[in-house]
Formats: sequence, C-alpha cells, structure tokens
Amino acid sequence: MVDIAFGPEPGPRPDLSDRNQSYLLMVRQKRLYGTVLLVLFLVLLAAGFRQAQDRNAGGFLEGLPMLGAFPSEVLAEAWANRANLPGLAWHFLPSLIETLNIAAVATLLGGIGAAFLALISTRGLSPFPALTGVFRRIMDAMRALPDVVIALVLIFILGGGPIPAVIAIALHTSGALGKLFSEVAENADLKPVEGLTSTGATWGQRIWLGIIPQVAPNWASYGLMRFEINVRASAILGFVGQGGIGHDLKLAMQWGQGRYDEVVAIFLILFLTIVIIDRFSDRVRTRLTKGASHG
Amino acid sequence: MVDAALFTTVQTGFQRRKIMALAVPVLIAAYLVYAAITFDLVGVASRARMDNARVLLSDFWSYKVHVTRDNRSGAITSAIDGDNRYAFTPDWVTTAGDVTTVDLGGGTVATYDAGGASLVVPDYGTIDIRASNGKLTLTAPEPLPEWISASDTRIGVTTPAGRFNYTKSKVETFRYFAGWELFFFTFDSPFYGKSAGDLLGLALWEPRIAPDQSNLSLMAGDVWNNRLWHHGEVVWALFETVLMAFLGTFCAALIALPLGFIAASNMMPVRALRFAMRRLFDFIRGVDALIWTIVLSRAFGPGPMTGALAILMTDTGAFGKTFSEALENIDEKQVEGIRSTGANALQRARFGVIPQVMPVLLSQVLYSFESNTRSATVIGAIVGGGIGLLLTQAIQTQKDWEDVCYYLILIVAMVMAMDWASGLIRRKLIKG
Repeated sequence: MVDIAFGPEPGPRPDLSDRNQSYLLMVRQKRLYGTVLLVLFLVLLAAGFRQAQDRNAGGFLEGLPMLGAFPSEVLAEAWANRANLPGLAWHFLPSLIETLNIAAVATLLGGIGAAFLALISTRGLSPFPALTGVFRRIMDAMRALPDVVIALVLIFILGGGPIPAVIAIALHTSGALGKLFSEVAENADLKPVEGLTSTGATWGQRIWLGIIPQVAPNWASYGLMRFEINVRASAILGFVGQGGIGHDLKLAMQWGQGRYDEVVAIFLILFLTIVIIDRFSDRVRTRLTKGASHG
Repeated sequence: MVDAALFTTVQTGFQRRKIMALAVPVLIAAYLVYAAITFDLVGVASRARMDNARVLLSDFWSYKVHVTRDNRSGAITSAIDGDNRYAFTPDWVTTAGDVTTVDLGGGTVATYDAGGASLVVPDYGTIDIRASNGKLTLTAPEPLPEWISASDTRIGVTTPAGRFNYTKSKVETFRYFAGWELFFFTFDSPFYGKSAGDLLGLALWEPRIAPDQSNLSLMAGDVWNNRLWHHGEVVWALFETVLMAFLGTFCAALIALPLGFIAASNMMPVRALRFAMRRLFDFIRGVDALIWTIVLSRAFGPGPMTGALAILMTDTGAFGKTFSEALENIDEKQVEGIRSTGANALQRARFGVIPQVMPVLLSQVLYSFESNTRSATVIGAIVGGGIGLLLTQAIQTQKDWEDVCYYLILIVAMVMAMDWASGLIRRKLIKG
C-alpha cells in the first residue's frame, strides 16, 4: 500500500492540458461509429427493399399512383348506393357478432389456460418447480405458432365454422398471455401465501386466496388488451379461413364491382367496433391499473 | 370496543366480495354455454373427422409407400407417397407371374392375384375380395369389425401395419415408415441411402464423384435442389418473411420518429397540427391490418414488398402513438441545459431528447420486429409471399401434411430465434 501511495518514482502524471482534446477525440470517434452504423443500416434497408420489390408482382413507383384507385372506386360505388348502407350494416351484424364471440370465447378460454400455465411456470408458486422451464418452452412454442395455420389445419379435421378459429386463437392467446401473466405473478408478494401455508391451505386455496387477488387487476388489464388483438385476429382468420365478418368481406371483395357497397358497409362496422372496443378497454385498463397502484 | 358502523361496512364489503367471487365464474360459465350453443359445438363434435386427424398426425412423422396395381393394365408400381417420380422396387414386394405379394410386416400380408386380392390379418383371419361384373364381393370372418369399410364399389381396410384399398380401377396398399423419406437426397442423387459415416468420408477424403466439383458442394447442391422437399425455396421463403418484417418494422420506425415529435405536446407548439397527427395515428391503427393489406395488394400486386408495406402502414400508427407518449415523458432538464447553450430546436432534439428516449424506442421497435415476424407469416398468406404462402398452399392440398409439419417447425424455430435475439439486444440496451 505504502509503495503504491508514496512510490519512489512517481510515473508521468496525466497531462491535464489536453483533456479537452482527448474528450473531443472520443466524441468524434463515437459519432463516427454511430454514423457508419446508421449508413450501413440504411443501405441494408434500401437493399432489402430492392430485393422485395424484385420479387413483387408490381413495382413500388408503378403502384404508387394506383394506391388511391381502388379505394376511390369502392367509395364511389358505395356513395352511389349510400341508401343501402344502413340496411347492409344491419344485414352483416350477425357475422360481426360471430366474430366478436369468437374473439371473446377465445380470450376467455385462452386466459384461463394462460392463468394455469403462468402459475405452474412461475418459480415459487409452481407445484412442480423442476418443470418450470419445460412449461416456459411450451408457452414459447404456443406463442410462435401463427393462429391462422392452426385454424387451417383444424378445418381439415373439424370442418368449417367458428370452432377451429376459437381453438386456434385460444391456443395462441394462452401462450402470449401466459408469459405476461407469469411476469405479473413473479412480482406478487409471497407473504399472504406463507400465511395461508401456515394455516394448512392446499395449493389451490393458496393460489385462489393469496395470489389471485393480488394479480387480478393486472391480469384483467392484459386480458382486455389481448381481446382487442383477438378481435382483429378473428377478422383476419375469417378472411383466410371461414366464419365471421372476415369471410363476408372476402366474398364481397371477390365478387368485385357491384358489391362494393357491401365492402364499405362491412368495413365501416368493423372499423367502428374496433375503435369502440379500443376506447372502452383503454378506459377500463387505466381504471384497473390505477386502482391497483392506490392499493 | 368495536365501532358498529365500521363493522357493518366491513361486513357488507365482504358480502359484496363473496358475491363477486361467485358471480364472475358463473357469468363466464353462462357465456361459454351460450357460445357453445351458438357455435353448434355438439354438431361440430359429431361431424369431426377423426380419421382425418389420424391421417394428418401419422403423415406428420412418417411417410408411406403406395403399392398400387392398376386393375385394367395389371401394372404394379411402388412409389413414395404415390408419386410416380419416386417409384422404386422395395424388397418386401415380390411379383411372380400374376401374383404380387406385399409383406406389411408382423404377419400382415396382402396378395394381389388375377381375380382380386386378399389380405391376411393376424388374430383375425383372411379378407378375400373378388371382382366380377364390376361388383366387389367380400369374404371375411363375421361379424365385420369397424376397421373394414365395405360397399359394392370400394373396400377399405385399416390395420396397424398399413392401409389397404380396393376399388374397381385399382388396388392399393399403404405401408407406413417412420421419418421423412428423401429429406436430404432423392433417388437421382449419388448420395441416396448412404449412412452418415459414409457421407462424412465422401465429403472429406474419398475421390470425387463428379470430376468438376468437390463432393461437399455436390452434396450441398443435391440437398438445396431436392425436388421433393424444395429446401432452397423454403429457405428463400423464410428469408422473405423475415425481410418483410424487417423492412416493415424499421421503415415504420424511421417514418414514425419525426411524426412522433409532431404529435408530442411538449415538442409541438401548434395545437392543430398535433391534434391532426394524433387523429391520423388513430385512423391508421383503427383500420385493420387486414384492410391495409387488401388495399395495398390491389395497388402493388402480390409479393413480399406489398407485405412489407402493409406492416409498415400498421406499425407507423402504433409507433407514432407510443413514440409520442415516450417523448412526452422525457426529463425536461437536459433539454433546458442544451437550450441554455443557445441550441436551436433541431439541436435540442438531437442532443437533449434522442439520447434519453433511444433505448426505450429501440426496445419497442425490436419487440414489434419480433412479433411482426409472426404476423408476416399470416400477411404472407394473404399477399402471397414468404413461408405463409407455401404453408397455406401445402394445407390446401390436404395431403402434404409432412410439408406442413416441416414448415411449422421452421416457423416456430424462426420466431423463437427472433424472440431470443431481440431479448438479448433489448437487455443489452437497457443495461447500457
């Protein structure tokens, strides 16, 4: 120690006069790296865009003026037949309700599945602590599978209708929500669980009375957010597979001219529904999480 | 001393909670029952094609060899999945004159002869089929088990060893084998049927098979151009899917960054412009990705660029909103410090704001890149590009289930890899 502090031959001291110089040098170097990275990234983007355009049926510049053509054609025809719109909107209401039902049932079932998956894959809560990693990988795989694919495979077995869509979205939802749920559950206070354990409560009672009241607001908020996503997914599923408003939209689109008023009617009710659901869930979620933070 | 008023409040509070705890599950159950009725759950369950499910699952992990006799010409072919390009002569099929014997293993033997065919099933007996005047006559131990389906025109038998079908035009026996046959090399490749050790030897030190090419590159070429599995095309399709997600997400981020500044209340003094920008974001997000995809594919035609533009469109709305929220939450002190040096608005944004928000924004962008890889599969199915297109095509043929399984495994692996990579980068970003 003494040697280091009062060494016989003090080394050359850092020259304080060019501190500014070396700082600027460092900044310049950092900026150079940043610029090079940015340029590389932009070149990569441009090259990728070129590649994508080469494999596309139509080019970007040729397509750009056409961008407005299809919507304006659709809107013009719908405007000419605007008297039909309320009637058509009413006509497609059952399909819309079916789409919403698919999303709601799938969110509920997926949410219940996610709750179980989350509880058994959270360290400290799981009744099988050794297997938490396995359950996590299962959730990852469920999340990775696109719902449309599951639905299309299930149509082969179950035939058309809403059930394949429900199963497909529910599976995906379990994986996606399971991850979020388990993150919430990890942060839950374990003291109530310890208290319940001391009274001899079973695993189910400990979870139901000790954990669920703590996590319920956040879980409900995530569930609502998932419901928004699932409404959109269920519309897309109808377009690719069968059932719901997406299927009607596809039929009307394939018919082309003459049924564009239907396209607009479907589009309008879908748009309105999505906006209303977004607004509603936004409001409820703020209330849920704000309420939770107050205790 | 217990306060009576407090006591009643707590009492009613508990009462309400008890009712809630009971009412919520009951409501959920009631809704599910209603849904089961409207979705006709019972009808779907009764119409479910469990035989299709069995075919699908067995195709996932096994392949079958069809041994087919054309009843008009008498010609016998054995081919993988009934594809005549992959015909071969297995050693378990023997032909002597008019009689062909197909040994399915485990004592199950099918025999095709001049007037019909017979099938010996262990623990059951012999199923004999005679064809005369265009009608099929079945002789089998009574009562007929449910795994034999018989009509005047078609007789089908499903045994654990394989399936057997007799129609007027042809007799077919399917024998199942585990694995995906010809996955690496097809019959026309010189490497077909070699063991892993042999292949290693060939690749590393044995003499060249083709004089102008090393064995390793010949091998790679044969796998890449495999005509049954199309590995080359599949890899291209995967690349296309990732490309769509990459272009869409990062272009959207680049566009949304300046727009986010316009929509943030502490950056944009002009209230009307701010309001207009926010409503624009709302509109873009409200119109579903599905609609954008349709409109864009009308203008640009099918292909990966259309998919990338569709992702770009929806993500611009989403990013615009989250970016402007992140900008509103910044610490004003740094901006003030920069302002005190006389910096203009652009310099304040560059040195006061961007360094603060960059980690948050990048982590959001990476997160949506990861989830867009998944959506790109679905969007690809609509716009006709990438692995989504291959997958929907394979599903629609309703028989290439091994391809479906292969693509699914690749998609799951791709998404998990993205998940892992973006998680890694995000953790690095947050740590600094």
